[in-house]
Amino acid sequence: MTDPIRVLFPVGMLGGGFPPETVARGIELGADIIAVDGGSTDSGPHYLGTATAKTARAAVDRDLRVLVPAAHDAGIPLVVGSCGTSGTDAGVDWVHDIVEGICTDLGITRKVTRIYAEQDPAQLVELLAQDRIHPLGTAGELKPETLERCRHIVGLMGAEPFADALRDGADIVLAGRSTDTALAAVLPLMHGLPAGPAWHAAKIAECGGLCTENPRSGGVLLTVDDNGFTVEPLAAEARCSVRSVAAHMLYENADPFRLREPAGTLDASGAVYTALDERRVRVEGVTFEPVAQQTIKLEGAASVGFQSQLITGIRDPEILGRLDEWCGVLIAYLDKHVPSTFGLNPDEYHFSLRRFGHDAVLGEAEPERDIPPREVGIVLTVTAPDQATAGDLAKFANPLMLHLPIDDDSPFPTFAFISSPAEITRGEVFEFVLQHAVDVADERDLFRTVRTVVGQ
Amino acid sequence: MSTLREVATHIRAKNAGPFWLTVDVFLPDRLAFDRVVASGLTDPVVVGRTYEVDPASVRVFPIPDLNVVKVSFPRPTTQGSRDDRDMHGGQQFVPLLDLPV
Repeated sequence: MTDPIRVLFPVGMLGGGFPPETVARGIELGADIIAVDGGSTDSGPHYLGTATAKTARAAVDRDLRVLVPAAHDAGIPLVVGSCGTSGTDAGVDWVHDIVEGICTDLGITRKVTRIYAEQDPAQLVELLAQDRIHPLGTAGELKPETLERCRHIVGLMGAEPFADALRDGADIVLAGRSTDTALAAVLPLMHGLPAGPAWHAAKIAECGGLCTENPRSGGVLLTVDDNGFTVEPLAAEARCSVRSVAAHMLYENADPFRLREPAGTLDASGAVYTALDERRVRVEGVTFEPVAQQTIKLEGAASVGFQSQLITGIRDPEILGRLDEWCGVLIAYLDKHVPSTFGLNPDEYHFSLRRFGHDAVLGEAEPERDIPPREVGIVLTVTAPDQATAGDLAKFANPLMLHLPIDDDSPFPTFAFISSPAEITRGEVFEFVLQHAVDVADERDLFRTVRTVVGQ
Repeated sequence: MSTLREVATHIRAKNAGPFWLTVDVFLPDRLAFDRVVASGLTDPVVVGRTYEVDPASVRVFPIPDLNVVKVSFPRPTTQGSRDDRDMHGGQQFVPLLDLPV
């Protein structure tokens, strides 16, 4: 019988905020580690492309001002995964800087280990040539040019790099991109608890209170033991139900039963969920299948150019009754005149038009697009190779977005621009281009570690 | 004949990573679950037609223990690409609301 390990997961994402008393309660309940996730791809490729965080520094600072002293006073480690939203090296250093400031302010000393997850495209090109990078799911074979196009590439680390840092005595581990689960699974795994419950518990907790019936109330405490795990909310008034816990395996997962990690696959198809009381749920029957060939999944963001936008409002029922026609006239005019006016080839620029209030969100999948709308916001997005050209193309479209009549003999209309200047500069924009994994001999292979001591 | 929106207690959509979408349909009881499974929701052809994706790539998960039907399919546009209309995939459940059940 191995001693159970208790993992305190205070919130779904660092910077999201939580009641400080919920952390104190988790410590009282015997937490052995505090684990918190700092990122995701879910807000899009911008954050990886620019190596900047989605969260405000002040919000991350506020959360860490609760967690750093709580872990210090309790004598337990604090681990943060996917620092700075996308887990780039800059994101790790950004959180490190915040932690250093807090430790100095509080007059405490902490051993901090940073684990970097960014990958050198040139090294990945070599691994590709050695046939060690493979497509996942629906992805095609990777071309070296695609790796070279990426502004930033990160690998998703599993539990072993975290385990090394904790074995070395780190008080605080700040990791680059990691799987959402690695930071919560690591301590139970280090103590020899079975991998099935360790990984499954981590998956259930990765969004904090989302696996409870009261998602806004704070995080959860996981207790992992030899046979399974128990999950309970940190807020006294919150509760977990069999439904709220089991349903979390569905969340943001293409497959609700199987979850791939670098070291193997979690199989939750045999999970048995039992309510222990009004607040706590027990889970057993989950297994983990180790793989012979460990793999590290890659994420990469490449530039698609620079954008400017124009937004105008249309309320005129005559135009709204013939909106498809009006949009067709607008795009046809741009397609006809932009190449000759700007000396650009059609593949060097791109116009996209969204009609908010009509079918902007669902596009051609919109089931009710034939109903005339009451008012529509027309958003024209211009993409070009540089910001100056994007801005110029937007200026070229400006008179049309303001005054385009639907027919040559129609009266001259004026639509409703929302600002002056009407053009909005969006800067450089990115897209996700990698859906591939690297074969590694050891899941630590692609990651680098730096140790520091911060504070007084 | 009723529609999925009338039968389900909750329907949601979300990204499953940058290249996949997933839709979770929560049903009130086993009877409703069985009716929905008997409808087109678990037919990859119906899902593929609704979202303009190859039916061979659609993954269907009826989960009777939870009275949930989950369908997952490749995103018609990669998350955040120039043509993406819904960064988090959060509104992509709507085309299924009027599915006859």
